[in-house]
Amino acid sequence: MEQPAVTGPKVRVDIRNVNLAFGATQVLRDISLTVEPGEFFALLGPSGCGKSTLLRLIAGFNQAQSGTVTIDGADITSIPPWRRDIGMVFQNYALWPHMTVAQNVAFGLEERKLPRADIARRTAAALELVGLADYGSRRPNQLSGGQQQRVAVARTIAIEPKVLLLDEPLSNLDAKLRVHMRTELLALQRKLGITTIFVTHDQEEALSISDRVAVLDGGAIQQVGTPMDLFDRPHNRFIASFVGTINLLRGTAQKSAGGVTFESPLIGKVSLATDNPLSGAAEIAFRPHTLSLAAPDSVGATDRIWVTGNIAHREFLGEFVRYRIDAQGTDIVADQPHFGGNVEFVPGSQVRVGISPAQVRLLPA
Amino acid sequence: MTLSMTSRLSPAHAVIALLIAAFLLIFLVVPVITVMYVAFTNSDGSLTLAHFFSFFQLTLMRESFYNSLYVGGMSVLISSIISLPLAYFTMRFQFRGSVLIQTLGVLPLIMPPFVGAAAMQLLFGRSGSVNLILNEYLGFGIPFMEGLNGVIFVEALHYFPFILLNLTVALANIDSAMEESAQNLGASGFRLFRRIVFPLAMPGYLAGAALVFLKVFDDVGTPLVLNVTNILAAQAYFRITSIGIDDPIGYVASVIMVIASLVALWGSTWIMRGKDYATLQRGGSSLAKRKLKPWQAVIAYGWIVLVLIVVLSPHLGILLLSLSKVWSYSIVPDVYTLDNYVTVFRDSSGMMANTLLYCGIAAGLDVVIGTAIAYLILRTKLPGRQWLDFAASAAIAIPGVVLAIGYLRTFRDFQLPFTNEPFTAFWLIIAIAYTVRRLPYALRSCMAALQQMHVSLEEAAENLGANKNRTIYRVVVPLMAGGILAGFVTSFLTAAVELSATIMLVTAQSDAPMSYGIYLYMQSIAGRGPGAALGVIAVVLVGLGTYFSNRMIRNRAAGHAAQMLKTGA
Repeated sequence: MEQPAVTGPKVRVDIRNVNLAFGATQVLRDISLTVEPGEFFALLGPSGCGKSTLLRLIAGFNQAQSGTVTIDGADITSIPPWRRDIGMVFQNYALWPHMTVAQNVAFGLEERKLPRADIARRTAAALELVGLADYGSRRPNQLSGGQQQRVAVARTIAIEPKVLLLDEPLSNLDAKLRVHMRTELLALQRKLGITTIFVTHDQEEALSISDRVAVLDGGAIQQVGTPMDLFDRPHNRFIASFVGTINLLRGTAQKSAGGVTFESPLIGKVSLATDNPLSGAAEIAFRPHTLSLAAPDSVGATDRIWVTGNIAHREFLGEFVRYRIDAQGTDIVADQPHFGGNVEFVPGSQVRVGISPAQVRLLPA
Repeated sequence: MTLSMTSRLSPAHAVIALLIAAFLLIFLVVPVITVMYVAFTNSDGSLTLAHFFSFFQLTLMRESFYNSLYVGGMSVLISSIISLPLAYFTMRFQFRGSVLIQTLGVLPLIMPPFVGAAAMQLLFGRSGSVNLILNEYLGFGIPFMEGLNGVIFVEALHYFPFILLNLTVALANIDSAMEESAQNLGASGFRLFRRIVFPLAMPGYLAGAALVFLKVFDDVGTPLVLNVTNILAAQAYFRITSIGIDDPIGYVASVIMVIASLVALWGSTWIMRGKDYATLQRGGSSLAKRKLKPWQAVIAYGWIVLVLIVVLSPHLGILLLSLSKVWSYSIVPDVYTLDNYVTVFRDSSGMMANTLLYCGIAAGLDVVIGTAIAYLILRTKLPGRQWLDFAASAAIAIPGVVLAIGYLRTFRDFQLPFTNEPFTAFWLIIAIAYTVRRLPYALRSCMAALQQMHVSLEEAAENLGANKNRTIYRVVVPLMAGGILAGFVTSFLTAAVELSATIMLVTAQSDAPMSYGIYLYMQSIAGRGPGAALGVIAVVLVGLGTYFSNRMIRNRAAGHAAQMLKTGA
């Protein structure tokens, strides 16, 4: 069976200085972004951050007050949605209940006035691609959530769009199916090579399948980078706490030779190597899984900064145990990998927490 | 999430909006304003309240004013007494035949009250079946049908379904957790109903109660058939038809009727202001229906059976009347015949054809206008679009008599081109009156259909290459079809039994629709048989129409509804 192929070369999407407001509410603030050809790109952020609005802007459903969207250099800002050739998979799939699965998939091809034979062939090919070749005559409401999602994808890729937009495509699926479908989506995207932009509020989803991620908050882009970049080198405290779990500690920074000296009541003075030397009020961030815990009377490794505290709370999460530690009034979360029968600390007991300076990131306060 | 469709202003939208606005202006706003103008001005055009003073100086008018309010209020009260137990018992208790009761409860709506009124006189009047039996065995009678009692009794029996239906929906929409938590905290029985259930169902109840009041206020046929003339609608009708189109008292009566209707509508929303009782939670389990204790069951079933018998008596009465040769001073007719039907089919087939024509035009226009307004309101940002909705919906507060008086006055000097016939004598004006009067029903139906359609269904079509018009043609209209059909049927069927405007606008027998025919027949004792036969035919047609359209809509919509709700989640 023939498969839909991307006819033209892979395209680049450029968003330049986009501002958008609904009435008095500023939803997008000076957004600039480039999505490389063939990239699987995620827009990540909490609800209300503007990520869906940005996606709908690319599809043509929202109009910016200023700024441009270009595809391979061609300005599409004033082109109506139906002439953009940008496929979008809606969060609720938006399958038309009065049409069969095949009619749904054929819709876009019919609107393009293709010959009948081509429509039939490409409809069948798209359904084949998502593994629903035998479901063409069913109605959408006779399908499971996962199948409906595949139909929505088939309907979109049938028109061989230049860009594929996915609006929280997995949010309506149950947890297990979600993990399965995201690998499937990625495999499909790799096979077709379409430049794909994908909106999600689930950081695990974004980190696990995207080539690059843009994190939005309050209508502005906070950071763009590979998943590993975002996790290891967050630019600010929002990114640090939104992507993964993190401990933050306030203090003051002082530029010094080879880096920065950070000082706070809890850990005293400590020298940090940083690519972003700053002075004044600052924060250090460190991940729970980089911490070591030790009994109060033990001798810890000397390359770590040790602080003492009390175990306030303990959560058993299977692969690891998460401790919430009250270190002289400061909350610290520490994750310890769990193996059968290893020593666990009991709530109420004293503990020493070892912070590795190499794993500490300095952030502006 | 903000769902704003591409908001380019389209000239086509503006043109359609202007056409609708012109229609509403000419056939609703201007006639109503004309009525007000006449009521508040002297013949030389200066403003005055003199007409209102002379109105209230007339004993008959004062009496009519009080009577109208009394009949409206009492009808609401009696309707509530009938509806509350029916709704509550069937929705909250394990009840045999709940569906049957809910269905039978709608039955009165398909027969207009003035049709059943004559039969009710024969069943419940001073020498009607019930009182004959009572006198025979117990030695006393009950004045069900004496004077205003008769009007109240008949109106309440016919219009209580408005309360019942709204209340049933409201009860079904109450999140079961609301009641369960009240039970969990110790409330039960009547306290549960009074403190939790009824307050939550209040918006539904008030909407229904306001409708009943409007309907009763508007009805001119029932009082006239029952020979009650001292109420406002009847007085307005008499003043204009007997004294003349220039008599200001008729206009004052009209203005008072409009004000009372507006106050009723405004009052029902005012009481609920700021109280958002949308309590339905999707996916919540439905409330387990409670079991009745034996003694409760006896009372409940007893009440419901009694109500159903009384509710169905106009239908039974009209059927008996249509089959009777002679029926007076007896419990059931003495002699049966099919002659009445023969008479009706011989003499009145023209009226049936007229009804089909007028109501077909009205319902067709209603759904076209309704769909257009719904689309403009919900899917465009056209400035002033809310006014279309407001104007079209306002028609519900304009009694038929008032609208008709407005037409007669506004268009009195307007002649049709070529024939030079006066426009007010042209049959199309009846169809237009129906269109305007039933537009609110069709509009609500179309609005609901478009509202429950998630906007992403249209965006998906645009995204795949369909422009606005193609999207409307391939996605919007097919998905709204159920709602549009429902709107058409409601408009058609309710127009078929419209009498308030009809009675004033029919100028020639040959232009009269069935409803007018029934009314004419009912005027004379001899005509009651054929009138009843025509009534039975109307009821059967309306009933069948309702049944089949419901089935069609249900079959069509059943599949879509699930999907649309899921999509709308």
